[in-house]
Amino acid sequence: MAHASPPPAFKNPMVRWIDSRLPVFTLMQKEYGVFPMPRNANYFWNFGAIAMVMLMVMIVTGIFLSMHYTPHVDHAFNSVERIMRDVNYGWLMRYVHMNGASFFFIAVYIHIFRGLYYGSYKAPRELLWMLGVVILLLMMATAFMGYVLPWGQMSFWGVTVITNLFSAIPMVGDSVVTWLWGGFAVENATLNRFFSLHYLLPFVIVGVVFLHVAALHVTGSNNPTGIDPKGPQDTLPFHPYFTIKDTFGLVVFLLIYCGFVFFAPNFMGHPDNYIPAQPLVTPAHIVPEWYFLPFYAMLRAITFDFLFIEAKLGGVIVMFASVFILFLLPWLDTSRVRSARFRPIYKWFFWVLFVNVLILGQVGALAADDPFEMFGISFGFISATTVGQICTFYYFFHFLVLLPLLGKFETPLPLPRSIHESVLPKGARGGGPLPAGAAAKPMGKA
Amino acid sequence: MPMTTAVLRTLALVGAVAGVLGLATTAHAAGETVTPPNQNWSWEGPFGTYDRAAAQRGFLVYKQVCSSCHSMEQLDYRHLTGIGFSEAEVSALAAGFLVVDGPDENGDMFRRPALPSDGFTNPYENEQMARLANNGSLPPDLSVIAKAREYGADYLYALLIGYEDPPEGVELRAGMHYNRYFSGGQIAMPSMIVDGGVEYIDGTEPFVNQQAWDVTTFMMWAAEPHMDRRKEMGVMVIGFLAVFAVLMWLVKRRVWSDTH
Ligand code: HEC
Ligand code: HEM
Repeated sequence: MAHASPPPAFKNPMVRWIDSRLPVFTLMQKEYGVFPMPRNANYFWNFGAIAMVMLMVMIVTGIFLSMHYTPHVDHAFNSVERIMRDVNYGWLMRYVHMNGASFFFIAVYIHIFRGLYYGSYKAPRELLWMLGVVILLLMMATAFMGYVLPWGQMSFWGVTVITNLFSAIPMVGDSVVTWLWGGFAVENATLNRFFSLHYLLPFVIVGVVFLHVAALHVTGSNNPTGIDPKGPQDTLPFHPYFTIKDTFGLVVFLLIYCGFVFFAPNFMGHPDNYIPAQPLVTPAHIVPEWYFLPFYAMLRAITFDFLFIEAKLGGVIVMFASVFILFLLPWLDTSRVRSARFRPIYKWFFWVLFVNVLILGQVGALAADDPFEMFGISFGFISATTVGQICTFYYFFHFLVLLPLLGKFETPLPLPRSIHESVLPKGARGGGPLPAGAAAKPMGKA
Repeated sequence: MPMTTAVLRTLALVGAVAGVLGLATTAHAAGETVTPPNQNWSWEGPFGTYDRAAAQRGFLVYKQVCSSCHSMEQLDYRHLTGIGFSEAEVSALAAGFLVVDGPDENGDMFRRPALPSDGFTNPYENEQMARLANNGSLPPDLSVIAKAREYGADYLYALLIGYEDPPEGVELRAGMHYNRYFSGGQIAMPSMIVDGGVEYIDGTEPFVNQQAWDVTTFMMWAAEPHMDRRKEMGVMVIGFLAVFAVLMWLVKRRVWSDTH
């Protein structure tokens, strides 16, 4: 993008023949070969590639699982056990898939917080960011429906609780729930459609990921300084510099992931999901998978009616709003400086938000009227629900009040003149820093 | 402007500190349900494997004691080769059970000795009969019970040997037994393991603890039959990835060396 390179001359005649008719080799060369990456992109820039690999892993293992899985209430649990016992390496497929969901979310959450810290959602990357939020929503839907498939106690009661939420919609709520279930209770029809959609959605994700990457390759990657590359001295070709860096990061990620798959495959799961679903026996404590806990906490935080909105509906609105608010983020943040590195106050609030989300996650794991506890310390005087309410309030306060105001009141630190300069050793730097704000200008106009 | 900056920064700091640390007061007091003591199982750790002799003895306990009330629907007799029984031993074992088969050419169901490919026989024909025989309670299927309870094997072992007289003031409901590891403290299953209740052929003394230990090992194996293979493969995978990571790191350093 930043600087045109001559069209690649391919040596292999076969490649040349194909490329002149369908320029896939030129495309790969342009987008992954010479594509200019800011030279200072750090290891947080690995997680997009890692998430892409995880998506592939999920699709491949999912297809193999589907060959042996039976989406029927009488057979689903047993068919998963067959996979675990009798299918050759079925246990491997299942544990890779099960833990893969968790690690997919870990990668994507790091990817998102990276964006929040370095301001990657700001112009000109708003659409890129919004496509990312769409992927997050699709992933959530996919994982939620996947968790239903083994038809254990948590599968059944999780889907019962969450689908029931839609009954809060005024007027049509009950009809919507019946429509979702395909009947008057969570039953075989529900399991069938969830399997169908669980198979479908990952391929929709692939499509949106394609758009996400296409948009990325128009604007180019952001970087830890948040300032735009000014020329070739600020960038490195994607290959070999970032192909190797991504590979190294990916292998380290896989190392940790495989640690769980092979040595603690059920660590992130809930024991109750090894009990077959029993529609007449409610588990003592219904909790979703860990990656939904902060949202679950926000859902349960609304315990009061607000004006004409009933508590239940309020909770549903707040839960969905907590993700949808990310669509507005590029406009809620009024600061012209991207990177938190040069935003002395935002940097703090970023970490407050991060801790806030962790606390919400903990609240989501506790029963509503438990006293709040974290890291084995009990805060006896305050209930989990109250903490959840404070943190939910803060979550929205961060996006709706702090971010718009910060951009107006915060004095950013001086920005380096260029990426190249910011990575050179201190003594070698020349010239004074640029005034703040010059950075957020789109590339090419600088 | 700097004034507002300072105020905002202080605000953020207070928020963070209050959020993480400031509110801590009392240490966590123990809840009602008792945490089972941590045991040293042979399969723990990255290199741990099942103690097959214990698992075989555990199968004996299951067969002679537990199987009169508990099914293990996910297991077939052939699976028992996984704890070291030979094919011939499994055939002989299976033949000791009768299963219903059919219909034959006359349209009748008939009983025949089980084959290794048959599933473990169920003690009851249906849930209603199981409840009828157990005072209204349902003995759960034990196939994956070791993964279906918090604390897994530690819990099962503690439960099996955890029967006591109810403490002062606790009134047992009819047909219930006191066991403080069971949630709520009252369990419909009587204490089933007694000293010498089974006879071990390998000379191990069949004390209560020993039998409980062995049957727990068996239940853990039943829940996770491929664990040994999994860890074996895991060690290779991790070893490979670790070496690969180091190599990639070296290559990365080399590739990037011309950029500084
Ligand atoms: C006389 C019938 C009977 C026998 C024999 C029996 N159990 Fe049970 N078991 C039960 C019943 C009934 C329950 C359900 C208890 C309840 O829900 O209160 C139960 C429950 C259990 C549980 C589940 C506890 C929980 O956390 O829910 C386990 C584990 C268990 N039994 C293991 C065994 C083992 C191992 C043996 C053999 C040593 C055995 N049982 C023998 C009747 C029996
Ligand atoms: C976006 C990627 C995906 C995510 C996040 C995801 C998530 C999940 C989750 C959380 C489970 C439950 C795991 C368990 O407790 O057993 C599951 C199960 C399952 N998934 Fe997926 N999945 C994805 C892609 C796929 C694809 C592409 C397929 C099929 C082509 C698939 C097929 C299955 C099947 C058959 C099961 C049931 C078997 C089992 O529970 O292990 N999944 N999925």
